[in-house]
Amino acid sequence: MELLSGGEMIARALEDEGVEYIFGYPGGAVLHIYDALFKSNKVPHILVRHEQAATHAADGYARATGKPGVVLVTSGPGATNAVTGIATAYMDSIPMVVLSGQVQSHLIGEDAFQETDMVGISRPIVKHSFQVRKAEDLPATIKKAFHIAASGRPGPVVVDIPKDITRPDEKFEYHYPESVKIRSYSPAQRGHTGQIKKAARMLLGAKRPVIYAGGGVIQGEGSDLLVELAQQLNYPVTNTLMGLGAYPGSDRQFLGMLGMHGFYEANMAMHHSDVILAVGARFDDRVTNTVSKFCPGAKIVHIDVDPASISKTVAADIPIVGPVTSVLRELIDQVSAHQEKDAELPDAAALGRWWDQIEEWRASHGLWTGRRYAESESIMPQQVIESLYRATNGDAYVTSDVGQHQMFAAQYYKFDKPRRWINSGGLGTMGFGLPAAMGVKLAFPDIDVACVTGEGSIQMNIQELSTCTQYNTPFKIINLRNNYLGMVKQWQDMQYEGRYAMSTYEDSLPDFMKLVESFGHVGIEVRKLEDLDAAMEEAFAMKDKLVFVDVFIDPMEHVYPMHIAPNGSMKDMWLSKNERT
Amino acid sequence: MRRIISILMENEPGALSRVVGLFSQRGYNIETLNVAATEDPTLSRLTLTTAGDDKTIEQITKHLNKIVDVVKLVDLTEGAHIERDLMLIKVRAQGVARDEVKRTTDIFRGQIVDVGPNVYTIQLTGTSDKLDSFVAAMGDATILEVVRSGVAGIARGEKVLSL
Ligand SMILES: Cc1cc2nc3c(=O)[nH]c(=O)nc-3n(C[C@H](O)[C@H](O)[C@H](O)COP(=O)(O)OP(=O)(O)OC[C@H]3O[C@@H](n4cnc5c(N)ncnc54)[C@H](O)[C@@H]3O)c2cc1C
Ligand SMILES: Cc1ncc(C[n+]2csc(CCOP(=O)(O)OP(=O)(O)O)c2C)c(N)n1
Ligand SMILES: [Mg+2]
Repeated sequence: MELLSGGEMIARALEDEGVEYIFGYPGGAVLHIYDALFKSNKVPHILVRHEQAATHAADGYARATGKPGVVLVTSGPGATNAVTGIATAYMDSIPMVVLSGQVQSHLIGEDAFQETDMVGISRPIVKHSFQVRKAEDLPATIKKAFHIAASGRPGPVVVDIPKDITRPDEKFEYHYPESVKIRSYSPAQRGHTGQIKKAARMLLGAKRPVIYAGGGVIQGEGSDLLVELAQQLNYPVTNTLMGLGAYPGSDRQFLGMLGMHGFYEANMAMHHSDVILAVGARFDDRVTNTVSKFCPGAKIVHIDVDPASISKTVAADIPIVGPVTSVLRELIDQVSAHQEKDAELPDAAALGRWWDQIEEWRASHGLWTGRRYAESESIMPQQVIESLYRATNGDAYVTSDVGQHQMFAAQYYKFDKPRRWINSGGLGTMGFGLPAAMGVKLAFPDIDVACVTGEGSIQMNIQELSTCTQYNTPFKIINLRNNYLGMVKQWQDMQYEGRYAMSTYEDSLPDFMKLVESFGHVGIEVRKLEDLDAAMEEAFAMKDKLVFVDVFIDPMEHVYPMHIAPNGSMKDMWLSKNERT
Repeated sequence: MRRIISILMENEPGALSRVVGLFSQRGYNIETLNVAATEDPTLSRLTLTTAGDDKTIEQITKHLNKIVDVVKLVDLTEGAHIERDLMLIKVRAQGVARDEVKRTTDIFRGQIVDVGPNVYTIQLTGTSDKLDSFVAAMGDATILEVVRSGVAGIARGEKVLSL
């Protein structure tokens, strides 16, 4: 067996784990680890400009690849800077392993230089955490961290490492375990067959069914099975913001996103349904609107690997705890078995009427009737996303920040594949998009990657343009430039009589063209609609350049539909500034 | 409804804070809590009492089960069980009150475990209700200090909470 120091064991364990990239930032407490990484030189390390960006980049990498993102930060400020990114990953159930340096063991608790209780600070926003006490425990602990992060309901795991156990002069026998068994941790492997049988019967008995699929289908690699089930039954499908791409966005059976800014037909179908199959979705308050008024006529089948997601806000009639893949496989088999016995299932006439109704909703109010194009002289944000869609043949990885631009991207870029849409839904973290795009582009250098952002959000991690230069990540930034914190402004328009408290920057915005050029990137400004498509084409034609496309859009546009709250149901929506359901 | 949740968890640093943190993070309340190692030094047993409607309790037990350090748990109130709370109570025992306190202690089958010229320290075990009643029965006597262990509980019969 080999003898390695603590620091070397960490470098080696990451290598043995098959880690492709480490995103991090050095500092005193992790210098032994950095030296070991430098000497072994096996796992590439991306030096960000702020630790928050390291976590978002690792997160973007994880969302795009399905593999845990890996972060390495120093103690104290390095660790606290990582907190927002850890919380972001936690809320969206993203696998991530964060190695944080800690002061030497004998100094812990003494308010030592750069000491912070990282295990304590991160406790409510991690799936689990470890503080490693002995160097010998490092390999097994790292193995456990990866296992916990990626299995069951994925999530971030923090491994806090006191500096002294990484010192180079003490060597230990290194052995990286092939597998781990943790007696207190065993996520569900399959659903309850009896429940799945009941679910199959309920689904086939439906007259007005909807499949409501979320991020769990993407995280759990269940998209193919979801498509198989939906198409076998010819049932309509809606996705949450996190689930976009789980079902192909351009398919006829797809109703679009549901929820607060969901499609009219998706929200109407949910409200009027008699059976809802919820898969890997967690009945978030941005989806349900007022819970007591949620889908009054619907029976609910809920599949989720995390029992705590089931009946948390909306009670399930048939709860099924298990991973999407095995449960959907079994459910499809059960449905097929029933259909073999009874070819009349489901009720074709009822389903036909249901589709007629849905098509009527789709035609009457669909998302975009084209009216607002005509009304405005400026470029509409929706048109920018449509242009992006065309320029990338609908096949790009699209990361996003948070705000109106995020909702427009979600509504207008029809994601046909899982993992293509990468955004912070649960925490809603502005500053996510740019570093996330770095992680995605590193994972998929040959595929188009776009970061849809706003001039507010982009400034929250704009320093990463420098990282992009260092590692050459030629993705495209599409800035929907409305010169406002647009989403805030929209609420102020709707609820505060247009008092724009702190949602404008006055004349303080930087010259983005000069800014990006100073980092060695390319800037393109678009002020007229007729230049939009050409600019977009030009940007994506520059394969080896990061291009910042600054599109000046109509600042007064709002995102619609929008749920009417408080006390509204799913069907209660604003459809424009002056129309409502 | 009041529930007694008994948890077998890894005897690891940080495990307790995860359990306690869960309650404050999600707005559940803990009425009593006690924790100690078991016959297996790698495991500790934590018993807590909480109150809530069925939906809240279901969420609490689901979230507790999700904590990686939690090996197993049981809601003891779902079946026949034995619960014990231990109280040490120091009361002023002077003049007429001195006899009165002694009598009440006997009625409750408590023990006076420390005697001073002006105070008695009484030890009492039983259900939380019984301890509450004792405190109420102290009536006019001056209570100087109350210390309770919080509920410890175990299922009746053959049922065990173990690995
Ligand atoms: C400005 C803004 C506006 C928003 N508006 C909307 C909106 O209009 N509509 C909308 O939908 N959202 C909206 N959101 C997002 C919202 O806040 C939630 O993040 C989102 O609705 C949650 O999506 P989800 O239900 O798919 O759950 P996720 O957060 O993706 O959770 C996944 C669920 O799947 C489970 N799961 C994970 N892996 C598996 C597996 N292998 N097998 C089975 N289950 C698994 C998990 O346990 C979890 O319950 C908005 C966010 C922002 C910032
Ligand atoms: C870190 C953080 N701070 C504050 C918010 C609240 N917030 C949500 S959207 C938004 C405005 C975003 O502005 P911009 O990036 O320009 O996007 P726009 O809405 O204009 O498209 C704000 C401030 C947030 N989501 N994240
Ligand atoms: Mg803006």
